[in-house]
Amino acid sequence: MLEIKNLQASVEEKPILKGLNLTINAGEVHAIMGPNGAGKSTLANVLAGQADYEVDGGSVSFHGEDLFELEIEERAAKGLFLSFQYPLEIPGVATMTFLKESINAQRKQRGQDELSTPNFMKLVKEKAQQLNVTPEMLRRPLNVGFSGGEKKRNEILQMLLLEPSLCILDETDSGLDIDALRVVADGVNSLRSPDRAMLIITHYQRLLDYIKPDFVHILVDGKIVKSGGAELAHELERDGYKDIIASA
Amino acid sequence: MAAIKETVNTVAEIDLDNYKYGFTTDIEVDKAPKGLNEDIVRFISAKKDEPEWMLEWRLSAFRRWKKLEEPDWSSVHYPKIDFEDLYYYAAPKKKIELDSLDDLDPDILETYKKLGIPLKEQEILAGVKGASNIAVDAVFDSVSVVTTFKAKLAESGVIFCPISEAIREHPELVKKYLASVVPVGDNFYAALNSAVFTDGSFVYIPKGVRCPMELSTYFRINEPNTGQFERTLIIAEAGSHVSYLEGCTAPMRDENQLHAAVVEIIVMDDAEVKYSTVQNWYPGNSEGVGGVYNFVTKRADCRGKNSKVSWTQVETGSAITWKYPSCILRGDGSQGEFYSIAISNGYQQIDSGTKMIHLGKNTKSRIISKGISAGHSSNCYRGIVSTQRKATNVRNFTQCDSLLIGDKCSAHTVPYIEARNSSSTFEHEATTSKINDDVMFYCRQRGLNEEEAVAVIVNGFCKEVLQNLPMEFAVEAQKLVAISLEGSVG
Repeated sequence: MLEIKNLQASVEEKPILKGLNLTINAGEVHAIMGPNGAGKSTLANVLAGQADYEVDGGSVSFHGEDLFELEIEERAAKGLFLSFQYPLEIPGVATMTFLKESINAQRKQRGQDELSTPNFMKLVKEKAQQLNVTPEMLRRPLNVGFSGGEKKRNEILQMLLLEPSLCILDETDSGLDIDALRVVADGVNSLRSPDRAMLIITHYQRLLDYIKPDFVHILVDGKIVKSGGAELAHELERDGYKDIIASA
Repeated sequence: MAAIKETVNTVAEIDLDNYKYGFTTDIEVDKAPKGLNEDIVRFISAKKDEPEWMLEWRLSAFRRWKKLEEPDWSSVHYPKIDFEDLYYYAAPKKKIELDSLDDLDPDILETYKKLGIPLKEQEILAGVKGASNIAVDAVFDSVSVVTTFKAKLAESGVIFCPISEAIREHPELVKKYLASVVPVGDNFYAALNSAVFTDGSFVYIPKGVRCPMELSTYFRINEPNTGQFERTLIIAEAGSHVSYLEGCTAPMRDENQLHAAVVEIIVMDDAEVKYSTVQNWYPGNSEGVGGVYNFVTKRADCRGKNSKVSWTQVETGSAITWKYPSCILRGDGSQGEFYSIAISNGYQQIDSGTKMIHLGKNTKSRIISKGISAGHSSNCYRGIVSTQRKATNVRNFTQCDSLLIGDKCSAHTVPYIEARNSSSTFEHEATTSKINDDVMFYCRQRGLNEEEAVAVIVNGFCKEVLQNLPMEFAVEAQKLVAISLEGSVG
């Protein structure tokens, strides 16, 4: 589904990704771990198309297409979803309105009919309940005055509604208490399916106790230095990055 | 910051020249000679078949105007206007007094049709698709060409006619109320308007009457180098109710056109007037050439107890807007409201806001102002809320929000509050937000393209004001908002 080859990217002329290779197949859950500044969030942003990041080399194919040929919104409509580390606030726009506009914008791009209001309401109600998102939250302007946990739950709600084929979660566990973490993880797990892939970016192994990855990759200085199964995350938690880097 | 650069570039190139109402109508006109002097004032008065007292009133206004200075305290900049280089009267040559719409110059009828304004009562009554049940006064350059539903309104005692007709037919009302809210010497443009005003609407709602339909006036400036001086007078007697809407458009011309209007509203005990404006004068092209100078004095006097006035405006047009619809809250318990969306793009300049003058006890006011700036425009909210010593227990709530699109535009907020007693409560809230790269990236990551993202954000931003427009116009206004910002990103 996603094939990253020798990816190099920089921000403000500073190279961050220095030849990253990664292949993700449908049905797989990959976790990327690494120290601060290793390029974890850069990878997420480059894949989604954030303009501050310059792609200097390499290629990424997504569902067989050249990802960099696609506009940000086209990548979204083709199933790439990024759960933001810091979700944006949009004053004046009710969360519910934003959800409906996004779903319909994607459907429009895919040549599907817009979702009718009753069908949309039914869908939102069901998914919101699953994530403890209250109707009151849905009426409030998008993310305005939301707590850190509420913002993250709102990201996952959008993910459940948009049903992407590739879910990229950028530090979704940061700022979550243990209860919220469980709710969010349950939400993510409910999306696991043979035709959907996930890329989970995290500092800590904690989230991976709840969302069990098939593969764990260690990213250091813009390259993947070690890959393994779920056990790698535990090793990392026990030994720290230093030993891993040294042994790599 | 590639996207922002792109945004700014696109805004700079944006084709304001595709202004939808920019066509001209080719008709024969009857014009006054260029320039302004007492003879021109006499010419206008004679054309309007006015009584002697009206001419005298105009002449004294003209003399007053000569002594006044053009105001320069606002934030707008423009070359000095040569008042001698303008035409002060232009009227379609065809007979003005119409027996039926069939007599109306077909070119004019076509003009209004193009503008989407229903003038054919028969069609409206017959329920032709798209025609709404609204009485219209259509003002073309200096004259009102037709007023619809006059007879039907008269059944309930409502007078709705061109002001020139009211001067002839209802002099006692005009004499009593004209300039009683905006005195002749109130300001430079009000004095100029008093001397040379050519047409506008007159509305009288008798005691206890709820006006059976929406009233509206559509102003169209067609002739080049012609000033339009609109004068509107609305009187709502005790216990009455009326909702009034004005719309404005003008052709695209390289010269600037002047529109200096005066609107006066008198509201008696327990009466309510809702006044809505959708202003879409030609804003000038993308280089800032041409466009209408819109210098307007609008004021409502809540004379009666528990009277209420509500101004709602959607301002998208004009090269320069200088306008402060105000409420004098004289009657105890009276209420004033001001809801505004002001959108500037290209090189437009807006200096607009409101004045809430609390004179009566327990009076209330509410101000919701939403300014959106894009391109190289500047957008300034300027407002006063004042309470006099005897006006106890006054309440005011003000909210001024600004939204910036790109980084070449500016937004300013200049609120004044004057409190002369200690029992009054003022609340002022203000926010400034920006549609920046991060917000755009977030929206696009969710699947919205740039235009859809801006539309969602802007509509959310304007919602509180759009909700206050009469239903028929809310949809139109929403579209207008979208059109005005078309191409302002990406």
